[in-house]
Amino acid sequence: MKFSRLILANLFRKKVRLILTIGSFAVALVLFTFLAVVKSAFSRGTEIAGADRLIVVSRIGLMQLMPISHRDKILAIPGVKAVTHNHWFGGVYQDEKNFFPQFVIDPENQRQVMTELVVPDEQWNNFLTDRQGAIAGARTAARFHWKIGDRIPIKTTLYGGGSSEFNLDGIYHSDRPGGDESQFWLQWKYFDENAPAVVKSTAGWYVVKLDSPEDAVRVAKAIDEKFANSSFETKTETESAFAAYFVKQFGNIELLILTIGSVVFFTLLLVTGNTMAISVRERTSELAVLKAIGFSGRAVLFFVLAESVVIALVGGFLGLTLAYLAIPVIGVALTGLLPPLILSKSLLTLGLGFALFVGAASGLLPGIGAMRMRVVNALRRA
Amino acid sequence: MAIPLVYNVRSVKARWTSTIVAVVGIAGTVGVFVAMLSLARGFKATLVSSGSADNALITRAGATSEMTSGVSLDSVKIIQDAPGIARGADGPLLTPEAVLMAPIPLLSTGTDANVELRGVAPNVFAIRSNVKIIEGRMFRPGLSELIVGKNAKATYSGLTLGSTIGLGSVRWQVVGIFDAGGSAFDSEVWGDAHLLNGAYKRPDTFSQSVTVHLASPAALQQLRDTLTADPRLNVDVTREIDYYAKQSTRMTQLITILGGFVALIMAIGAVFGALNTMYSAVAERGREIATMRALGFNSWNVVLSFLFEALLISFVGGLVGCLAVLPLNGLTTSTMNFQTFSNLAFAFKITFDLLWMGVLFAMVMGVLGGMPPAIRAASRPVATALREL
Repeated sequence: MKFSRLILANLFRKKVRLILTIGSFAVALVLFTFLAVVKSAFSRGTEIAGADRLIVVSRIGLMQLMPISHRDKILAIPGVKAVTHNHWFGGVYQDEKNFFPQFVIDPENQRQVMTELVVPDEQWNNFLTDRQGAIAGARTAARFHWKIGDRIPIKTTLYGGGSSEFNLDGIYHSDRPGGDESQFWLQWKYFDENAPAVVKSTAGWYVVKLDSPEDAVRVAKAIDEKFANSSFETKTETESAFAAYFVKQFGNIELLILTIGSVVFFTLLLVTGNTMAISVRERTSELAVLKAIGFSGRAVLFFVLAESVVIALVGGFLGLTLAYLAIPVIGVALTGLLPPLILSKSLLTLGLGFALFVGAASGLLPGIGAMRMRVVNALRRA
Repeated sequence: MAIPLVYNVRSVKARWTSTIVAVVGIAGTVGVFVAMLSLARGFKATLVSSGSADNALITRAGATSEMTSGVSLDSVKIIQDAPGIARGADGPLLTPEAVLMAPIPLLSTGTDANVELRGVAPNVFAIRSNVKIIEGRMFRPGLSELIVGKNAKATYSGLTLGSTIGLGSVRWQVVGIFDAGGSAFDSEVWGDAHLLNGAYKRPDTFSQSVTVHLASPAALQQLRDTLTADPRLNVDVTREIDYYAKQSTRMTQLITILGGFVALIMAIGAVFGALNTMYSAVAERGREIATMRALGFNSWNVVLSFLFEALLISFVGGLVGCLAVLPLNGLTTSTMNFQTFSNLAFAFKITFDLLWMGVLFAMVMGVLGGMPPAIRAASRPVATALREL
């Protein structure tokens, strides 16, 4: 482009200011990406939930157990493909700080229902034959440097008490990006043998796999109707509604993050807008000369806009690169507190688009001022 | 001889647009910083104030929270006679409690949230002396009546005085509202422990925890030694205040890490903003600075003068940021506590030292943002600066 040299020369006129403005952009984008990533981590459960799965819990509360006999009754409902049941184990590995969810699973049906959580066949077969076997999510295994074959001591208080050791027979991965790789699975049979009488032959919740997602509402209703007026009534929801139930309880925290985000962007717009205004003001006479020698008002607007957009692009790119490097580090500090922080491609694109928008917006006002300015007045002022 | 401060104050006023931008940048940063810290503090304060130094909480050995604990009726009988427990008119001051969770719709969204239900002994107010009935009356033992914490009443639908609500297999009547002084109990619903166990088909031979009133705060050690040495028992004895402090760690940690990182990034941004403002201030005033130097002010004076200007801007920014978030003080919000899975209402707690920290933080940003431009202003040779005009 024939004016690129002029634009470049103008850009580098004040190097310190250029660096600082690019820096402001970069900082704002790091923040934008960070907040967006945290927000998505809070609501991850809803985003990755399987559309063809239902969760059945006790109507009277999350911690209430249901008889294991519900399983066959649910399976008999048309539209249900498979059913598995889980228990919350709630044990402690070494220290309370090392929190990760421990589920007692039903090995017969786990893989038919949780299809996206993949365990190699050989590891899975070892787990099946090992009463004290366990399978850990890749993230939890990496966090504590566990290898297959390790013995994992878990102190438990919820059912019976005492400490148990489990053999790590396998490690599962999620084949969906952002899937939960932090769970720790134990054998239901072993758990049931050792459970106190009130916990024997029960399930904490059921996970139902449907033949087709369109059936969700009908099957959920059929399940709840089946157990209505029994002593163990149920509440059936889609997996995403169930996850949303937890997310909504964070409600205000999420609102807070969004508020901060807006404050930051408002500030950023102000800072860059001001910088652009200053740099145009300083160059009033030069722009007037450009117009005097025959450049149209629109060309002058283009020069100013091009400058601010280039600053925004460079700053935005820098910020996204920094965020890309920093977010995994912060993610490590938040292990056990939040689901993994994931920086998606669409988020990066959104960030860059955002930078462009702010750049153009901040250049527009001074640019229009320069376009409209009267050459005579401007030259006289200088 | 120092440059008069009036000079800087007037310069700040003369370039008010860039001043406002710098002030807003710093105010935003300080606001976020103070708000985040006050949130973390409020959360912690709510849980810590739930505990009392005069009380001890007895749980199953190794239990991480009341939810995962259990103490049998036989054990309660042994605990009753232990030394160190205060005694009232009708026996030892202790309340074996059932802790349950019930989904109740939130007033704000209409969706269910987990409410902590606590089955207590009738003499619970003698043990938790910070909890008082402010409306209605205490439930009568043996009747399906509930008393509701004031935050729970304001957060969930159907918990006002006189209303009835179905929990478990029983319909309950709300007969009283209690005030627990802003502690976690304010988000709870209390009823008769035996009836709650019945309504949720739980064996009545178990409690989740036992809270006892100590004869004196120092009696804890004696009680702990006795109970942990007893071979018939398998329990942990924790001072109530320590138990609740521990319950707050994960959420406080989360807010502090998130808030700290956000404030750090914003601080870098605000320093950039301040640098930009001060550099343009220096650039625009090249002539003035050179004139002052020519008049005999030395470079040290010029540095101090510009530093003062930066500090003035940042101080105002810090003050504005603090004032902007001050209305948050006392504002109640709620979130789910990771450690109990139940919803907990808590208030932002902005204390004087937080505001002080906020202003100090602003001043540090002012120094970082003002120092390099000030040095540049002072180091330009007088002759060159004057000739440029």
